[in-house]
Amino acid sequence: MIRPVCRQRTPAALLVPAALGLVFLVLPLVGLLVRAPWTSLPRRLAEPGVLTALRLSLETATAATLLCVALGVPLAWLLARVEFPGRRLVRALVTVPLVLPPVVGGVALLLVFGRRGLLGSWLDDTFGVTLPFTTAGVVLAEAFVAMPFLVIAVEGALRAADPRYEEAAATLGAGRWTTFTRVTLPLVAPGVAAGAVLCWARALGEFGATITFAGNYPGRTQTMPLAVYLALETDLEAAIVLSLILLTVSVAILAGLRDRWVGVT
Amino acid sequence: MTVRWLRAALAGALVAALGLTGCGGGADESPTGRDGGGPLTVFAAASLTESFTRLGKDFEAAHPGHTVTFNFAGSSALANQITQGAPADVFAAASPATMKTVTDAGDADGAPAVLVRNQLVVAVPRGNPARVAGLADLTRPGVKVALCAEQVPCGAAARTALDAAGVRLTPATLEQDVKGALAKVRLGEVDAALVYRTDVRAAVADLDAVEFPESARAVNDYPIVVLRAAGNPAGARAFVDFVRSDAGLAVLTAAGFQAPPGG
Repeated sequence: MIRPVCRQRTPAALLVPAALGLVFLVLPLVGLLVRAPWTSLPRRLAEPGVLTALRLSLETATAATLLCVALGVPLAWLLARVEFPGRRLVRALVTVPLVLPPVVGGVALLLVFGRRGLLGSWLDDTFGVTLPFTTAGVVLAEAFVAMPFLVIAVEGALRAADPRYEEAAATLGAGRWTTFTRVTLPLVAPGVAAGAVLCWARALGEFGATITFAGNYPGRTQTMPLAVYLALETDLEAAIVLSLILLTVSVAILAGLRDRWVGVT
Repeated sequence: MTVRWLRAALAGALVAALGLTGCGGGADESPTGRDGGGPLTVFAAASLTESFTRLGKDFEAAHPGHTVTFNFAGSSALANQITQGAPADVFAAASPATMKTVTDAGDADGAPAVLVRNQLVVAVPRGNPARVAGLADLTRPGVKVALCAEQVPCGAAARTALDAAGVRLTPATLEQDVKGALAKVRLGEVDAALVYRTDVRAAVADLDAVEFPESARAVNDYPIVVLRAAGNPAGARAFVDFVRSDAGLAVLTAAGFQAPPGG
């Protein structure tokens, strides 16, 4: 735990840009709040499509996060703990979804998991499974875009963790799997939690890959960001209301989790 | 001490930020004489992209000194940008409903004129593997269909046409614009999509168009208007006259649009 240096004057050279940064991040939110149609808010909240989209968003983001944790934590461990040729290249590849415009990611997913895709055509022929335009497709698109956040966070935590604990476990006769589950994982649990939260937040806001890969259909693939985008076509106020709902719910959940899991005060 | 610092800094930051947002709005007055040319900004529906790009070049050739810049996007998004103060001289929308949001906001200079009309077709992959012959075939099991969302003009037209045909259809997806629906057919993810005839005409290498009679019930008018915020009103009028001329309409009809009634 690093304690902030208290009782010293905060240097203006840091404080001014920090305040500017904060204002820059918060001001657009103020814009939303100022333009929000407060009087018609209750009526708009009660519209049936809103809750459907919100529920779908929360469910798919959570499912995508679970998928990312299941696959991403082992991947981060591999990158942090195992020496293998081409590791730097693999690490760079993991971050590809970060730099790829999400719409391109969606097209790429279609080319692989689509009906005519490399794997998708086989899935369709063998199991009769098609992923595009399904809720599972939404989860896949969100996981693709969000997983790098988790992998990077967990890998960072693993690299910061003292490897001597693992070495001690090994000398006491623990195998690599036991060491991983009994020593490594508890050691980096806060990092995993932070990564999962980041991953969940990114999945919740996902738009481009989702609409490209999973399409848009209410109740099946229309998440909140998609609903916001379409509302923007006709009704700016409805779009603002939907954005505020998504913001409120996600900030409330993130704040709640942060206190409970990550243990940051 | 720290609190006072913080307050001062925050106030300073706020002033700076407000100052930044305060300037930069409002269109600059362009240095335009009565017909001395100058820059011209045209906001046009995405479906006009190919024909307007061509017409813009023709216009610049016919009117030396004018330079035309286009902003092509979904009509509703463009209408939003205009009512939020985007500096534009001309607006061409893909539906009267989207044009109405601009005229209602008082942003149009005069009444819009109907430039062209567009009609829906069923876009299918080349060769029509699912053998779609009309709207009724779209409800067959196993036939996946992409429609535009009803919030955008092509989706509203699709709804009207489907209702006119009495066809009840559960699409695989409701796309955010006509290009999105088109992309899903081109990638082979759906078997058919309801799009404009002009969109298929622009993609004949990959797609076939299946005409259907009910599309006559959902013809889309494309209104065009000079905007009140126009920095170059003379140029804007000249451009509107140019695209509505016989030469202009020839380019548009070659792209699959229909001439307006009585025009």
